Amino acid sequence: MHFTINGRGVDADFDLRTSLLDLLRDHLGLTGSKKGCNQGACGACTVLVDGERINACLALAVQYDGRSITTVEGLADATGLSPLQAAFVEHDGFQCGYCTPGQLCSAMGMIDEVRRGVPSVVAADMADGDIVLDHDELRERMSGNLCRCGAYNGIVNAIADTFAAETHSKEPA
Amino acid sequence: MTPFAYDRAGSSADAIRLAQATAATHYLGGGTNLVDLMREGVATPDRLVDVTGLSAAIEPTPDGLRIDAAVRNTALASDPRVRRDYPLLARAIVAGASAQIRNMATVGGNLLQRTRCAYFYDDAAACNKRVPGAGCDAVDGFNRIHAILGASPACVATHPSDMAVAMAALNAVVTIDGPDGSRDVPLTDFHRLPGGTPEIETVLARGELITAVTLPPLGFGARSTYRKVRDRASYAFALVSVAAAVDVQGGTVADVRLALGGVAHKPWRAFAAEAALRGQPATAASFRAAAEAELADAVPLRDNGFKIELAKRTIVAVLEELTGEAA
Ligand SMILES: Cc1cc2nc3c(=O)[nH]c(=O)nc-3n(C[C@H](O)[C@H](O)[C@H](O)COP(=O)(O)OP(=O)(O)OC[C@H]3O[C@@H](n4cnc5c(N)ncnc54)[C@H](O)[C@@H]3O)c2cc1C
Ligand code: FES
Ligand code: FES
Repeated sequence: MHFTINGRGVDADFDLRTSLLDLLRDHLGLTGSKKGCNQGACGACTVLVDGERINACLALAVQYDGRSITTVEGLADATGLSPLQAAFVEHDGFQCGYCTPGQLCSAMGMIDEVRRGVPSVVAADMADGDIVLDHDELRERMSGNLCRCGAYNGIVNAIADTFAAETHSKEPA
Repeated sequence: MTPFAYDRAGSSADAIRLAQATAATHYLGGGTNLVDLMREGVATPDRLVDVTGLSAAIEPTPDGLRIDAAVRNTALASDPRVRRDYPLLARAIVAGASAQIRNMATVGGNLLQRTRCAYFYDDAAACNKRVPGAGCDAVDGFNRIHAILGASPACVATHPSDMAVAMAALNAVVTIDGPDGSRDVPLTDFHRLPGGTPEIETVLARGELITAVTLPPLGFGARSTYRKVRDRASYAFALVSVAAAVDVQGGTVADVRLALGGVAHKPWRAFAAEAALRGQPATAASFRAAAEAELADAVPLRDNGFKIELAKRTIVAVLEELTGEAA
């Protein structure tokens, strides 16, 4: 099977029972993505597949054969941390750091969803395409990522600061 | 996890043919429920037929808006026609799970997700749904999240889907394809009550594939909503939920659609409450009377009696919200 992982082509051969998370961590040595619950309930394993956030623990790796996957290891570039990562450092967006890779990937997927106009349940009107990424929107959109250290205030501030200029205004047709 | 073979289906016909291969072949959607159940040893397929590559269109048809089974939950909730004409459905979907899971989950898989009853997941516990005839540890166990309507001594589990509750209110129609051809089943008849065979959860025969769900037009659909009551504000299953659409003409309820989640083995269409409301004044008193009518046959278990009053109050609150009747 063949994947593009953090921009690099990777061939892999594995037991079909292998989850995408175990493929990344145990077979490819990309241990940034974390295993918290292994059942979809914590978000520590969040990665991006073709830019969309998913829980790698609930995915069989074989389902994503041929796809492009970004993990936390792919967020920084040669020049250093991404703006979101720098903001996590700046705002104390973690304590033990275990949930952080998932929070970072999730936030990248989240802002892409906001740009595409994906609604959230806190919207007063489902037909209204305007999204203002305020405190309630941000908390709701990040609710798939738990933090056992309770670093939520720092996490929210880091994300809000990074994407401060982002609101989305597109009326559904 | 037991070993399995894996195939990707290129078409419905292909999927149905591949699924004939063994008796323990399962279709695979996003995998968010099935992979978990396989890991727990509750589901033991020997072959998976991945149906996420099938057509994933949302298209208007003469019968209504047709949603292919492979459409992801996020895509369905984001569709402008769904948001405009069936806001209760968009809201129900985004009230469920997390953004990550909604990105993975398909419409077909969502309808067929299994109960979250802890005894169903725990192979050290007795569960008639997992092992027919084994008994039910939930009946006398921790049953705070369990059913108050339509349960049986064999099973008190609930169906956990939010999306399906909104679809029940909308008179959605499920299109099924299989080795013996294609058929349409109203969503309200698609899931079964447990009776003596709680392991049989839907009308699907072995090897049958859900290909689409169609939403018939609903003139007053824009005046609709979904309210979910849960233990935390997000990322939790419903204790009770209400999907509703209402048409008020001159202060009278001309027509109404109401369905409940978290209360039964299937999405619970509140036909009794609807009948009690039609033609009545749109007041809190009528709403309460309708809620009483729907919950008249509710049976509490040890831990879930609170759901009866919670369901009634949520029905009233949602109807007040939709009709502008302040509480
Ligand atoms: C932590 C967590 C929280 C959740 N919270 C909620 C919640 O609050 N509300 C809610 O509604 N849901 C919730 N869910 C459940 C989630 O919505 C379902 O897991 C998801 O919708 C299943 O879709 P899928 O495509 O991943 O299905 P899969 O897991 O791939 O499949 C589920 C079942 O459907 C069958 N199947 C799939 N597609 C077809 C088809 N086309 N034809 C026939 N059979 C098919 C499979 O064989 C399998 O039996 C939660 C899940 C998790 C893990
Ligand atoms: S490890 Fe995947 S959601 Fe917890
Ligand atoms: S920083 Fe420790 S779990 Fe979030």
